[in-house]
Amino acid sequence: MSDSLSKIEKRTAYTLLLPAVLLVFAIVLFPIFANIWISLKDIQLKDIRIPEPRAKKIVKSIPGDASALKIIYKLRNSSLIQEIRNVEFKDKLPKNVLPANLDSRCTFKSKKIICDFGDWDPKYKENLEILIKNINGEKIDKNKIKSQKPILDGKANNPLLTTNFTFKNFKKVFFENNFMDLLLTTFYFTFFGTVGAIIFGVLAAQLVNQNFRGRTYMRGILLFPYVGPVVALAYTWTLLLDPNSGTLNALLINFKILDTPINLLGQKYITMSIFGFDLKLRLALTTVIFFEIWRYFPLAFLFILARLQAIPQSLYEAAEVDGASPIQKFVNITLPQITAIISILFMIRFIWNFNKFEDIFLLTGGASGTRTLPINVYQQGFAVSDIGMGSAVSIVIVMLLLTFMILYFRLIGKKANEV
Amino acid sequence: MKFKSIIIFLIISSFFLTCILSIWKIMSTLQGINFTNLNISTIFFMGLILSLAFVLIGNKISHFSKTFLLSFIFSILYYVFNETSPHWYIFGVFLISLFYTNKLKKYDVQTLREDFISEKIIFDFITLFGIVFFAFVILFPFYIMLVTSFKTQIALLINPLDFTLDFTKNLTELFKSYFVIFETYNFGRYILISSAVSIGTVIVTLLFGIPAAYAVARLNFFGKNFLSTSILIIYMFPAIVLVIPLYTVFSQLGLRNSIFGLLIVYTATTLPVAIYMLQGYFKSIPKEIEDAGIMDGQSWFGIILKIIIPLSLPAIASVALYVFMIAWNEFLFSLMFLDSPKSFTLSRAIQYLSGDAETPRQYLMAGSVIVTLPVLFIFIYFEKYLVSGLTAGSVKE
Repeated sequence: MSDSLSKIEKRTAYTLLLPAVLLVFAIVLFPIFANIWISLKDIQLKDIRIPEPRAKKIVKSIPGDASALKIIYKLRNSSLIQEIRNVEFKDKLPKNVLPANLDSRCTFKSKKIICDFGDWDPKYKENLEILIKNINGEKIDKNKIKSQKPILDGKANNPLLTTNFTFKNFKKVFFENNFMDLLLTTFYFTFFGTVGAIIFGVLAAQLVNQNFRGRTYMRGILLFPYVGPVVALAYTWTLLLDPNSGTLNALLINFKILDTPINLLGQKYITMSIFGFDLKLRLALTTVIFFEIWRYFPLAFLFILARLQAIPQSLYEAAEVDGASPIQKFVNITLPQITAIISILFMIRFIWNFNKFEDIFLLTGGASGTRTLPINVYQQGFAVSDIGMGSAVSIVIVMLLLTFMILYFRLIGKKANEV
Repeated sequence: MKFKSIIIFLIISSFFLTCILSIWKIMSTLQGINFTNLNISTIFFMGLILSLAFVLIGNKISHFSKTFLLSFIFSILYYVFNETSPHWYIFGVFLISLFYTNKLKKYDVQTLREDFISEKIIFDFITLFGIVFFAFVILFPFYIMLVTSFKTQIALLINPLDFTLDFTKNLTELFKSYFVIFETYNFGRYILISSAVSIGTVIVTLLFGIPAAYAVARLNFFGKNFLSTSILIIYMFPAIVLVIPLYTVFSQLGLRNSIFGLLIVYTATTLPVAIYMLQGYFKSIPKEIEDAGIMDGQSWFGIILKIIIPLSLPAIASVALYVFMIAWNEFLFSLMFLDSPKSFTLSRAIQYLSGDAETPRQYLMAGSVIVTLPVLFIFIYFEKYLVSGLTAGSVKE
């Protein structure tokens, strides 16, 4: 009895799960594996459209003879680069109508014109003319002929499905793509973005955890950058930082802090002299990192705040009695309570910053030294139109991610369960 | 000891005063007042004197008259020692100094002798400074976005610091950018598409997610642990690595430029979070309630529909809002999949607008305001649900 119940339970579970699992499998898991396939192919964006044979049917009446019509089929290969093999053509004629002149490649059988055109080269074009006549001399309905669409069929290579593989893309990724620079930029962006977001998150959480009037409003306001649409926020920042008429530059010049406007998003390096040393700072990258921190510290804030509010107040009261200073309280009570959540946040944000595409794309488009791996996927796949390369970069990202995740579960997985 | 605390107190407090007054000055500059100097040192020095006077007067007169008197003198001095400024600006300075002296209330010669007072002072003022700083840094871009949408490109090129709004103009003139983007750039259509995609995503996600979450939360089946871990891992995976294969497959299936295509991608990417959030909540529902349902001969479908859903409405609401916001804000897939203006979402439309360098920036900002307002409204109105949803279901952007 219980055995059959558990069987029913299992079956129900699978039924309930099926739609969701199938969808996620098709849209999320399948593409991750498809990347491997595509990355091993020499394939361009223009190759992915499967070539089709096409025919446009034009019907012309013949002056003085209502029982005859001229049909012109404008035949063409939709692809400019690929051939189509064994093109077959079919069109139907009404009762008692016969073709008067037939191309040698075509036959007429049981009211159907069937043609075998063989292979079509790329860009192939031909006008096929057929004269049709009603054998009883009756009028042919022109619209009826027009509405009958010809059917074409042909075999074309789907370059995605062929089995010629190459490691060319990976070779290009690692040796012809400034790979080290790409990797370093990505790591700078990811690391400083993550650390900055967490530091500001801790500060903000510490603030809101105090008692002051309007702290619920403050909590709401602090989350604005996180919930706002990235497009709107990124363009506002671009406008704000614009060197020619941006508010920030105008303010800095107005208050004589700067002499000339500074192109925060368009300048790759800025040289600063500190104590006689010339320091070269990646300016645009730093600006993008600040945007990133501005947008994502709210998340760190929210999690740390939730943790802070769970710390029993009695701990602080006891410390007060023992005469602890505010700094001692923070270091000895608060910090140990939030290290676990900080380490989890660090990993999560690290992984997500590592994959961040939109923010950089909208702010700089990957120019002025802000080209990270995800930006490179887009540039290779859609700007250079080399989707094989794009996929290869994706694979590199997935590999690095898997490494992070394994590290994450090794190092922090246990802690994550405790929280 | 006392002397050191007083020095720290004076420096920190006047630093704080200088910060607020500078922000006030920056905001006023944007209202067309021609300030060219922040006068930080003067204000800092005046702040030192104000704080010193406050501590020295101590309890000799009542707190109310003390704050009022000191703020008044401070504003007069400010007026005398700084560049000429309109009266409303000085009134603002007066209000700020009132607020400031009120914050000084708990300090007097007595309290400055306490243990760790310098640390306490630093903590107090850093808190105050932090609130002002964070509020300013976060709200300023939103302010710029809103005001720019009411200005014109030419006016901003002539004077990038003039953010004054002329309310004496008629409303059509003021809201011109909004009229233009609706009439010329078809934003009405984009709002409809964005809403349709977002609401559709919410519906389909809940339709698929609730049963799946119930199965994960309650039923025993082979591969359950594996599935729970996979959910976590899958939503760590970024959209950017899915883009190329999905683009190629969607191109061959003719799903690009279709709202349906976008909808299934959004649903699939939000499903893992939704399931994760929902199953957490379902587990917290006492099992006895369901057992009663089973006794009554309810099917699994009936149990979900009649027991689980009514009991977990708050969680479902928070998931729904959350998914709505993800779908509404989504940009990457709409950039990749949509290239005909007929099927643009709002985000994609704004990006498309910006691609044309000729587009005046007020249109761009008007579009940005339109895409931002709904999410901010939803967020403010349902903050409680959303915050609990965000923290409960871990995170996904």
